[in-house]
Amino acid sequence: MKILAFDSSGMTATVAYLQDETLVCEYTVNYKKTHSQTLLPMLDEVVKTLGLDLESIDAIAVAKGPGSFTGLRIGSATVKGLALALDKPVIPVSTLDALAYNLCGHQGIVCPIMDARRNQVYTGVYRFEGLDLKTVREPSAMGLEELIAVLDRIGEPTVFLGDGVPVYREKIDREMNTGHTFAPPHLAMQRAGSVASLGAVLASCGIMQTADEHVPEYLRVSQAERERAERIRREGQ
Amino acid sequence: MNDIKILAIESSCDETAASVVKNGRTILSNVISSQIDIHTLYGGVVPEIASRKHIERINQVIRRALAEADTTLDDLDAIAVTYGPGLVGALLVGVAEAKAIAYAKKLPLIGVHHIEGHVAANYIEHPDLEPPFLCLIVSGGHTHLVVVKDYGEFEILGRTRDDAAGEAFDKVARAIGLGYPGGPKIDKAAKEGNSCAIGFPRGKVGDSTYDFTFSGLKSAVLNYLNHAEMTCQPVNTADVAASFQQSVVDVLVEHTMNAAKELNMKKVAIAGGVAANTALRTAMEEACKKRKITFYRPSPIFCTDNAAMIGCAGYYEYLKGTRHGWDLNAVPNLKLGERG
Repeated sequence: MKILAFDSSGMTATVAYLQDETLVCEYTVNYKKTHSQTLLPMLDEVVKTLGLDLESIDAIAVAKGPGSFTGLRIGSATVKGLALALDKPVIPVSTLDALAYNLCGHQGIVCPIMDARRNQVYTGVYRFEGLDLKTVREPSAMGLEELIAVLDRIGEPTVFLGDGVPVYREKIDREMNTGHTFAPPHLAMQRAGSVASLGAVLASCGIMQTADEHVPEYLRVSQAERERAERIRREGQ
Repeated sequence: MNDIKILAIESSCDETAASVVKNGRTILSNVISSQIDIHTLYGGVVPEIASRKHIERINQVIRRALAEADTTLDDLDAIAVTYGPGLVGALLVGVAEAKAIAYAKKLPLIGVHHIEGHVAANYIEHPDLEPPFLCLIVSGGHTHLVVVKDYGEFEILGRTRDDAAGEAFDKVARAIGLGYPGGPKIDKAAKEGNSCAIGFPRGKVGDSTYDFTFSGLKSAVLNYLNHAEMTCQPVNTADVAASFQQSVVDVLVEHTMNAAKELNMKKVAIAGGVAANTALRTAMEEACKKRKITFYRPSPIFCTDNAAMIGCAGYYEYLKGTRHGWDLNAVPNLKLGERG
C-alpha cells in the first residue's frame, strides 16, 4: 500500500511517503510555524526527490487532531484538496496516537503531551502489546495535575514526549511520584512517518473516510461556543 | 481562442463559496454556503467557528460548483482563490485547499484580492463595462473610492478614516435592536421609516475631499438613543434606521459624484456587500442619471461574498500572467492593489 502522510498539528510540519513496509521518504521541519507557506513546497520536494506520481498512491493519511486549530486546518484542507483532486481516500490518524507510535514496541506507559494552553495538555495514555498500540486512556484535554494523578494511579514507568515536554518537564519531575523519562529528540515530536505507519494499520482495519467527510477533531469547542454554553447554563439556574 | 475555465474558491469571512467561470464573464456555477444562521447566535462572525464551518463544507461546495457547471477538474485552466484581506483562519482553508487541488492537477494557481473581486463583480452582468471607471467599494471591512485604471490596477482616491460603512450599519443595527446582520435589517426597517425624521450629521474629513468617516455618525445615533432613553421618549426604530441610512448614502453619493465631476468620469460602479443596499442603489442611480453618467451595479447576489467575482478577477490576472507559488499564504491585511 502506498500512503502519503501529513502532520501540521503543532510546531512541526512533516510529510512522508510509505510504500508497503518501506518508509521511502520523511521530511520534517521543526522550525517556526509557517505551515501555510511550507507544507505544500515540502510535498513538492518529496514528489520531486522521488519522481513520485501522485496518481499512483492509494491513500492519504493525516494527523486529524488534537493540535493547533489553524495548524490542523492547514493539514486537513491540504489533504481534502489532494484527495478530492486525486480521488483517493483519507486515513484519519489521531495526533496523539501517532506521537505514541513514535515509540512503537516500548515497554511501559507512553504518554504524549501537547501544550493546549489554558493550563491544559492534549494527552492520551498508551502502552504497547508487542507492536500493537493499546489505548489506556482516550485522547482529551486535561490539566497536568489531573494527568499526573492518573499516571501515578497506574504506577508504571512512563515515557513522555511531545511539545508539552519542554513546557511541563520541571513540573512533572517535581510532582510525579512514578518513575518517568522523556523521549530523545528524534522521537519526541510529530513525525509523518509514524502517521503513515499507523495509518497503514488503520487502513488494513478499514478505518478510512472520503475527502469530503474528513474534518479535524479538535477535542475542544471554540471559545465563543464555550462562553455561550456557560452563559446559557448560568441563565438556566 | 480556446475557452478559459477557472475554478474559484472564496472563504475570507462567513461564506464558503466556489464557482466555475468561463472567459472571465460567463458564470457556469456560483455556489455559496452561508453560515449566517450560526453567527447570528453570537451577534456577529466568530472567526474560529467560521474556519471550522469552512473546512466542513468546502469539498461539497467545490463539487457542487463543478457539477452545476458540468465541468471536471480536468477541464480547468487555472484555480483562483481569495488570499486576502479577511479572517486569517478562514482564508487559510480556501488557500490550502486551492493550492492542493492546483498542485495535484498541475494547474496554475492565482491568488486574488477579495476587494478586487468585488469590483470585478460588475463585469459579470455588464459585458460592455471596461476600465477605466470610477468605483465605490463599500463593505463590512472597506469603504474605498477608487479609479479602476485597468484590470487589477487601482488608484485610491479616498477611504474611510475609521469605521467601514458596513461596520457602521452593523453597530447601529445592534444599538437599535435589529441585530445581525445589520445591513439588510436596516435596509428593510428604513423602508417603513422617514429618512428626514432625525437630522444625523454627514461625516466630513476636513482636509480630504474623498475620505470618509462614520464614527461621528455612529456616536450621534447612540447619543440620540441615550437621550431618548433618559428623557423617556419613545424611539421610532424605523425612523432612526432610515435617517441613519440616509446620512450614510448622502455622503457616499456626494463623494462619488464629486470625483466623477472632477475626473470627468462617465462610468460609475459600486461594489461590496453594502452595494446591495436598496437606498444606495437608488440614490446613486438617480445622481448618475442626472449627470448623464452610466451607472453599473452588480445584482445583490454578486454584491455579497461569492466566488464568481473571484473567478472573474482571477481571469484577468490569468491573462496578465499572474501565477502564485505553492508557498502562497493568506494575507489578512492585504492592501488594495498590492501583490503579495
